Amino acid sequence: MAVVELSTPATEEQIRALKVGDTVEITGLLYTGRDAVHHRLHNGEKPPVDLNGMIIYHCGPVMVEENGGYVCKAAGPTTSIREEPYQWEVMRDHGIRGVIGKGGMGPKTLAACQEYGCCYFHAIGGAAQVCADRIEKVLGVDWMDLGSPEAIWHLQVVKFPVIVTMDSHGGSLHKEVQESSADVLNSFM
Amino acid sequence: MSTSTAVSLQASLLELIRKTSSDLPKDVVNAVQAAKSTEEDGSNAAYALDVISCNVDMARDASQPICQDTGTIIFNVHTPVGYDQIIFEETAIEAVKEATEKGYLRQNSVDSVTGKNSGNNIGPGSPIFHFHQWRKDYVDVRLMLKGGGCENVGAQFSLPHPKLGGRDMKGVENAILEAVLLAQGKGCGPGILGVCIGGDRASGYSFSKEQLLRTLDDTNKDEELGALEERIMEKANKSGIGPMGFGGNNTLLGCKVGKQNRVPASFYVSISYMCWAFRRQGVTLDAEGAINEWLY
Repeated sequence: MAVVELSTPATEEQIRALKVGDTVEITGLLYTGRDAVHHRLHNGEKPPVDLNGMIIYHCGPVMVEENGGYVCKAAGPTTSIREEPYQWEVMRDHGIRGVIGKGGMGPKTLAACQEYGCCYFHAIGGAAQVCADRIEKVLGVDWMDLGSPEAIWHLQVVKFPVIVTMDSHGGSLHKEVQESSADVLNSFM
Repeated sequence: MSTSTAVSLQASLLELIRKTSSDLPKDVVNAVQAAKSTEEDGSNAAYALDVISCNVDMARDASQPICQDTGTIIFNVHTPVGYDQIIFEETAIEAVKEATEKGYLRQNSVDSVTGKNSGNNIGPGSPIFHFHQWRKDYVDVRLMLKGGGCENVGAQFSLPHPKLGGRDMKGVENAILEAVLLAQGKGCGPGILGVCIGGDRASGYSFSKEQLLRTLDDTNKDEELGALEERIMEKANKSGIGPMGFGGNNTLLGCKVGKQNRVPASFYVSISYMCWAFRRQGVTLDAEGAINEWLY
């Protein structure tokens, strides 16, 4: 399996080159952002960081305070579909180049990936140690008033392992599997 | 309960939480290994199972959470007649606070109206305790940490149902398959189903979770339910949903079905989905509150 190396901030050209099924390792800065962050952005609050070219990670990590800083104890992806009402807007308004999560997203996000040049990267759900192992450093945190799992954590990652499951050309592995599995299971009913 | 027993009990419960969060039970590890051998080399499914397998080892070795969503904290406790369940609950709450400080548990208890995180996993309804008395002379504690992703894809159907059919085993089977279809990759697959046929809405879900306390390799004492479990496994694994919904041969690692009586007017099928990160451990305790035996 060939691995594509990707750094953040990413360019539209780099993202457009990716296709469903590509294995990618991401190096650079990631910002976590899940339910409460997306809700705030949707309500028009200005993000505390520049999201241009960045990738948002749907993740609520386990963080422990040690020696005046934070150490990440676990950091796998959370289910992305809950951000389906908001994600397209964040892609449109904030110049992000993609999101990392699990379970895939729906037609609004897929259309936005195509229109604005973004990808959906799938991390392995539940694999919180493999993911945390690739986080070199916790560089900071914003919106801590949302509570630790919902805050925006700034994560310095090296070779963070993901698979492209929705690309900027309208391809979605989730749509394919949903349709084929529905055919099979409905035939059993 | 003496003070020294309470101190020892708290240490035992802290250890139970640590192990539950970081060490996948043997029966689940075996099922993951078996699943790996049935996926095509180089496929996304095989990749997912490799990462899962590696993650399981890393979590155990580092005593760190298998999954960052350390979930709803559910204690199932059997105690002898006369045992002080109130002190048990108070002690378990202290153990949960300590486990949160140590990073075995994420800060996971949020006020549903204000959105405020209590910061220590304690709050109305958290953790959850199910106490049962029994005639044995020792305490049996089983702990499940059930992540939100898998809890969100649980489902309850009322039969008859326009798509799923009537109040018979075929209707039940279809309801379970429908839950598998709806869960797709959202609850981290391959998953494990706990199912209750019957009960009311509350007891149905509760009993479906109790089914998850059975080991994956056990055999249902009820032959008809055992046959249903086998049919579900076979059909779900033909669906092609696969690990993480990437496609593949392993959609479920297990299916455990139980039944409760119902009132004539109701017929529920309640399905609790557990992700592959099936955090379940159990202990028996001696009279001093120390761990006597690990149960999984």
